[in-house]
Amino acid sequence: MVSVSDVPGAQGLSKDQLRELYYKMFLARSVGERERMLNRMGKGPFAVTGEGHEATQVGTAFAMTPGKDWALTYYRDIGVALTLGMTPRDLLLAHLGRAESIESGGRNMPSHFSSVDLRIVSGSAPVATQVPHAVGIALASKLRGLDEVAVAYFGDGAASVGVVHESMNLAGVHRLAVIFVCENNQYAISVPASKQAAITDLSIRAQGYGFPGVTVDGNDVLAVYSAAKEAVERARNGDGPTFIEAKTYRLVPHTSDDDDRRYRSREEVEEWEKKGPLIRFRTWLEENDVASASEIDEIEAKAMAEIDAATEYAEAAPTPDPATAMRHVFVEEE
Amino acid sequence: MAEKTMVEAVRDALCDEMRRDERVFVLGEDVGGGGVFRATDGLRDEFGEDRCMDTPLAEAAIVGAAIGASINGLLPVAEIQFADFIHPAFDQIVSEAARLHYRSNGAWSCPITVRTPYGAGIHGGPYHSQSIEAFYAHVPGLKVICVASPYDAKGLLKSAIRDPNPVMFLEHKKAYRLFREEVPDEDYTIPIGVAATKREGNDMTLVTYGLMTRYSLEAADVVEGDDGTSVEVIDLRTVSPWDKECVLESVRKTGKALIVYEDNISGGFGAEVAATIAQDAFEFLDGPVTRIASPDVPLAPYSSVLEEQILPNPEKIADGIRKLAAF
Ligand SMILES: Cc1ncc(C[n+]2csc(CCOP(=O)(O)OP(=O)(O)O)c2C)c(N)n1
Repeated sequence: MVSVSDVPGAQGLSKDQLRELYYKMFLARSVGERERMLNRMGKGPFAVTGEGHEATQVGTAFAMTPGKDWALTYYRDIGVALTLGMTPRDLLLAHLGRAESIESGGRNMPSHFSSVDLRIVSGSAPVATQVPHAVGIALASKLRGLDEVAVAYFGDGAASVGVVHESMNLAGVHRLAVIFVCENNQYAISVPASKQAAITDLSIRAQGYGFPGVTVDGNDVLAVYSAAKEAVERARNGDGPTFIEAKTYRLVPHTSDDDDRRYRSREEVEEWEKKGPLIRFRTWLEENDVASASEIDEIEAKAMAEIDAATEYAEAAPTPDPATAMRHVFVEEE
Repeated sequence: MAEKTMVEAVRDALCDEMRRDERVFVLGEDVGGGGVFRATDGLRDEFGEDRCMDTPLAEAAIVGAAIGASINGLLPVAEIQFADFIHPAFDQIVSEAARLHYRSNGAWSCPITVRTPYGAGIHGGPYHSQSIEAFYAHVPGLKVICVASPYDAKGLLKSAIRDPNPVMFLEHKKAYRLFREEVPDEDYTIPIGVAATKREGNDMTLVTYGLMTRYSLEAADVVEGDDGTSVEVIDLRTVSPWDKECVLESVRKTGKALIVYEDNISGGFGAEVAATIAQDAFEFLDGPVTRIASPDVPLAPYSSVLEEQILPNPEKIADGIRKLAAF
């Protein structure tokens, strides 16, 4: 694993970009917290968030070209959605099931990200079903002669699903521009990694499909970004897929309906909080004189102001018109 | 106009559509070499292996990749070699293809066609004989077509490929080479969701689809010749969305409804037809809405003796017509 201390530098990122990275990570963390808070207040019926996954999500998405490359996300990917350009307002409108939500207009559960303009493809709830879509998208890019990259995100539990293997195999056969990103937070709800697979590093599976696999420290945003950048370059150059396994930790319960005290100790969670991606990157930024403590506070204040405004907006936004419930089963012909 | 088999008509439709629109491509197991039923014969020679693509043996990935390719601007036609092996792709079809448009409030769509040979009567045993239409007809967001005639196959497959929604295109495999029919060389389409009245009659409405259309027509001729009962035979052609108006109008005229389908009787698509007739044409009926279908055993046993015992055939249908006519 590569960790912060081993990273020689900033992976070619400018000071502004590094601050932007932190901004997106903090935004992702805080949107997640806000959704869980709104849920506890009885305002949103359900919340599924990704606190702890920020380095993995923001680091990979930062290597993509928004609106050109494709993201096939899963429910934990608040950081991916925000980095590619969805806004806290988009996410909170979805959280509250509002009519204006670009994700689904109140049809899909929250955190089922979608934006046609940003090429974040609408997702579903059965885990791993989005993975072959990335392969098909990349197949179409190849047939159409386009240099787009498709990135499929999924968890360590989802990695056990058959279609992930079918998809990797197909992507390998045609050397498609797909990046498989496994956010290995070491649990699938309560099932620990040791019960999910007999190997430690899931990335070795890539060998079986004929393309490179890497395991990175998923709490180190620069290490993740570096791996993703290399994978994007490989894909764009026609050199085929990459499997990136980012080892991380979910700092919150699986969803608002889960009590994680049933299956993991508070000590374990606290240990990981200390190794959390935000604290680590904040320290790195300060130590390397990219941003001072007060500049970081400003970044955080800006994010919170955006989220407060988004919350206010979303709460005031109208719910869907019940008369529209029958629409969009099929494409409406003009 | 040439006489063609159904499998030739399917091939022609694919070839025409691939010529017409370069976004159309086919993918599946063995399709490159022409496919096990030869439905893609010659396509690789004309269009290259990118547009007639052999895939790994992995049904969920075939349909899943088709969905992805459709999201990125292509019009994929995925072939599942036998309907019996489509079950691993059920999740992709039901959770993804059927729901993408609705769940995104109309923002994304999924214009794929999934073609697959289905149906019994060829000694295929329990894994090369299944009828799968009821599973998919139950799912909003999918269109489901069942064809068993060359003319219908060509016109409906073209419509399926051009449709902006996911379409399941089920080809009765026994009908692939069972008979020839005149199929125009020129471009024509048959609208999805429109039934065909394949025989006019006044005493009874027989609603059917797939291979049972042919058997029902045979049975209707025999019964009319024997005792003059005049049976109107409606081939639904599309089971979802299905042509309720055509069926109801005919039942209002004849007062009797016999529904014939090859699938297992319980929960088969004919049950939906029966329920609709009972609800919407009740006051016109002068006999029980009746179904003839396969009993509830896995379709279909391998031995021809057992298979014939189970499946509907023209004789069983003729008996059903006589019984209902006696009311
Ligand atoms: C096919 C399927 N089976 C079961 C579930 C219920 N479920 C939702 S999330 C989840 C755990 C997924 O864990 P993982 O893939 O590791 O992702 P994580 O939630 O840890 O980020 C399960 C079992 C599901 N959504 N889909």
